[in-house]
Amino acid sequence: MAILSVSKVSFGYDGQVVLTDITLDIGAGDRVAILGPNGAGKTTLLRLLCGSRSPSKGSVFLNGRRVNTVPRPELARKIAVVTQDLTVPFAFTAREIVELGRTPHLGLLRGFRSEDRRAVDQAMQLTDTTGLSDRIVHELSGGERQRVVIAMALAQQPEILLLDEPTHLLDIARQAEILDLITELNLKRGLTVVAAIHDLNLAGRYFNRLLLLHGGAVLAEGPPATVLRAEIVEEAYGGPVELVPTGDGRPAIVLPASRVRDRAKAL
Amino acid sequence: MRSLTQVSIWSKYNHVSEWPPALRFRAGMGLLGVLVVASVVLASGVGAVHVPAREIAGMLLNRTGLFHLSQSWPQSDETIIFRIRLPRVLAAAIVGAALSVAGVLFQGLLRNPLADPYVIGTSGGAAFGASLGAVLFSHFSILGFGAIPALAFLGAMGTMALVFRFSRVGGRTPVITLLLVGFAVSVVLGYTVSFLLIVNERFELNTRVIYAWLLGGIWIEHWSQLGLIALLVAAGTAGALMLPRGLNALALGEESAQHLGIRVERQKTVVILVGSLLTAAAVSAGGLIGFVGLIVPHFLRLLFGPDHVRLLPLAALGGAAFLVTADMLARVVMPPNELPVGILTAFVGGPAFLLLLRRTNREYRF
Repeated sequence: MAILSVSKVSFGYDGQVVLTDITLDIGAGDRVAILGPNGAGKTTLLRLLCGSRSPSKGSVFLNGRRVNTVPRPELARKIAVVTQDLTVPFAFTAREIVELGRTPHLGLLRGFRSEDRRAVDQAMQLTDTTGLSDRIVHELSGGERQRVVIAMALAQQPEILLLDEPTHLLDIARQAEILDLITELNLKRGLTVVAAIHDLNLAGRYFNRLLLLHGGAVLAEGPPATVLRAEIVEEAYGGPVELVPTGDGRPAIVLPASRVRDRAKAL
Repeated sequence: MRSLTQVSIWSKYNHVSEWPPALRFRAGMGLLGVLVVASVVLASGVGAVHVPAREIAGMLLNRTGLFHLSQSWPQSDETIIFRIRLPRVLAAAIVGAALSVAGVLFQGLLRNPLADPYVIGTSGGAAFGASLGAVLFSHFSILGFGAIPALAFLGAMGTMALVFRFSRVGGRTPVITLLLVGFAVSVVLGYTVSFLLIVNERFELNTRVIYAWLLGGIWIEHWSQLGLIALLVAAGTAGALMLPRGLNALALGEESAQHLGIRVERQKTVVILVGSLLTAAAVSAGGLIGFVGLIVPHFLRLLFGPDHVRLLPLAALGGAAFLVTADMLARVVMPPNELPVGILTAFVGGPAFLLLLRRTNREYRF
């Protein structure tokens, strides 16, 4: 049964339509990448999935309940969100940031307990951030900070992890580090993962289900081999691409087909 | 490795920097608690008639009913302490605590280091109310308060309601809008006060009253006045102490706070209400005392980190100790004149804060 299900959802900001008639089922333990050109509605779809926006038509269901009717703290115990860039004006340490992940489990009369400390310890171990505990968050490198933010999300002990561009601004090794971590959490802990991602090749390599948005609608959906095909990608992004097979059974590499190179040859 | 800020500040006391934050917090609370009591006793002793701290301690211990020390001091000293000095000194403590806690609330809400208790225009409203009180109702009195404090309180709360109402857009209160509306309303009211001060001459009233009020000073004279202010500040502080987790989450931005399960708009409304109640109570007893609500929270953040769970109680004690000391100095530095305490808080707090800022060898993030 689908843990998150999107049923005929449309959404727009100030009369401008962003998503139209999206239907989508995400099963428990899925690892889904949302792809699409800039402005295709990737981030908006994530916002609808976590209930921070309400659809103008249709509904999003979490375990069969309308997501907008689930009380905030309860929702935050089920769904954790890693946003694109976290800026913290205060000098919080990495551990203090991860501890914020316990917020939905705490209450007026329920303070920080040993189980919260355990959840924080575990989240920091999984993300290999224990050594960063006392460092101030904005003094960390991009990759370290991203791991801390993911640790905060894990401290929420969610069933679903939503990520918006988790590899944004990271170098190639840090990209692999973050995506390996996410894949491991998915495979070993059964965490459902949905990530909006820009890089088609990273998506093809690390996710087993891709969802390609174009003009606010789903253009293609399925395993990488069915979605990452030249004609589909060209239609979505509106430019020529070239597919380079890897030969090891993994999805082909998508490259932009440069017109300049052909012209250079002609010269 | 400890965080850089804390290392450099505590560098001379390296063993302290190695303490776990929880232990450092408890030590800080203990130390500030002692400072509050010590400054209250010390401040009660100074004035035209000097009463030694030992005698004051004796009087206070006897009043608890648990001690029966023999009275080695003149009865007149006891009258001075309990009738005149203690209400005022305790009022300074309460006003300092209120301003400092309100400062933490507004800095956390607005994620802005320049925010202080007056940032959303409560100062302008209070000043307007106070001036109106001085100009129109100079002989009015309610619950032991004259028109100035009563109208200052109402002016502050009324302005908060007005600013909040104006900043609402489609069920939300964007903090930038809140800041701008607060600023605009504050400027308009500020110049209205200037206008009242000018036309005031026609009523042949003493402009010094308003001027002194604008600079800040503790005008509590009776226990009954103190009781009412204490009640308001106690309620506000208790409210504030329920908000730290929400403020911590809000530090990450409103969207992230929502993802952590915070009902963001409700949280913001409560913070504004509690912060304004504390500010209004403080200005009605102390006028526009500047700097306390700005400097004390920053000072404590540099020493103990930004976690609001620890910062709020530390700020209550720190603000109390700071203002009691400043108010004492205001009474004694230029005898027989009394300086407005706002001048003292700037003179004492400013350099101390600059020194501390210099010792953090890094760009300041609060």
